[in-house]
Amino acid sequence: MPARVAIVGGSGYTGGELLRLLLDHPGAEVAAITSRSLCGQPIHRVHPNLRGRCDLLFASPDEIPAVDVLFLCLPHGTAAKEIERYRGLAPLVVDLSADFRLRSAAGYREWYGEAHPAPALLERAVYGLPEISRGALKGAGLVSGVGCNATAMNLALLPLAEAGLIERVIADIKVGSSEAGAEPSEGSHHPARSRAVRTYAPAGHRHAAEVHQALGGFHGPFTLDVTVTAIEMVRGVLCTAHVIPTRAVEQKELWKLYRGRYGSEPFVRLVAERSGLHRLPDPKIVAGSNFADVGFALDERSGRIVALCAIDNLVKGAAGSAVQCMNVALGLPETMGLGFPGLYPV
Amino acid sequence: MSSPAATAACPECDGAVVFGRSPMAGEVVRCTDCSAELEVISREPLTLELAPEVEEDWGE
Repeated sequence: MPARVAIVGGSGYTGGELLRLLLDHPGAEVAAITSRSLCGQPIHRVHPNLRGRCDLLFASPDEIPAVDVLFLCLPHGTAAKEIERYRGLAPLVVDLSADFRLRSAAGYREWYGEAHPAPALLERAVYGLPEISRGALKGAGLVSGVGCNATAMNLALLPLAEAGLIERVIADIKVGSSEAGAEPSEGSHHPARSRAVRTYAPAGHRHAAEVHQALGGFHGPFTLDVTVTAIEMVRGVLCTAHVIPTRAVEQKELWKLYRGRYGSEPFVRLVAERSGLHRLPDPKIVAGSNFADVGFALDERSGRIVALCAIDNLVKGAAGSAVQCMNVALGLPETMGLGFPGLYPV
Repeated sequence: MSSPAATAACPECDGAVVFGRSPMAGEVVRCTDCSAELEVISREPLTLELAPEVEEDWGE
């Protein structure tokens, strides 16, 4: 029998992506999707790609049914304030916001600028990136979402961090417009956004906290600097991380590290070719899919390692990872419902 | 599935380069992992080296 699932806050881009994935998921049945502002309206009003695929109307967030899995796609800072109510509605809650990503209340205050509303739960929530926390996800009751930029950084750097090879890393992140969400803003106004190459976070991006936590603690063994630039792209994140290693490495060693770490990961593909058009990861290739393409190159003159990862911010960087986590937590095949390879050309 | 006729390590990435039939000396193959072009230098023992690349001259 499929798991009954519901989506709270389903009018945004991640809610729409989650619904798209869950409608085709053989192990899930969507019981409800809520939106306070669109209550009673058809889903395709804001998710036009799902026209004819879903008979549900947006429900009121005050009328969420009891389900097996509850996905929260609410603005940051909202889910944590009512988390006990949500946990009473489902044995598994997956919160796609940033509310439960950090394990430390002090870290949350440092990066999000306010006290956490439910600090006792921070240690119990499992970080929702199966490539890092697969074991803890099995049977979990509260799973956090992942930051899309953090996911690209984490997957690009994980094999190097685990090998103790990173002394210092500067991650240059390029992102598409959908990262800003469905709410319009001055920055998303077409004349301002179109063809922009806008470095909106030269330093201090919050997702750095997730990388520190995942790869080495808040004040971990290496220095991490992050710069994020919005470019002409709707979906996608490309992390280009410039790594100063702790010692000299060779290309073959990089292959061994990345192959060893990701050889059995179903959604991580190594892309580090010497020739051809698609030599290194490109967000365009993974658009719409749950794949993370990871690549690397060695600057033999300087010893610098260039580690790259391309993902779709709405899928592997949000809804896809959330479904992957549900699969692991419920004991379903991890790839169930996530096999779409993307489109080419697009 | 039929078993490979021969396997050798890619000199670039150490990936397994699998031959469905007996390799020929001088044969050029491509590594499926890193896409390096490889030349069969010897058959016994089976040895691969990076194939010489075509030099590009842009008039410099």
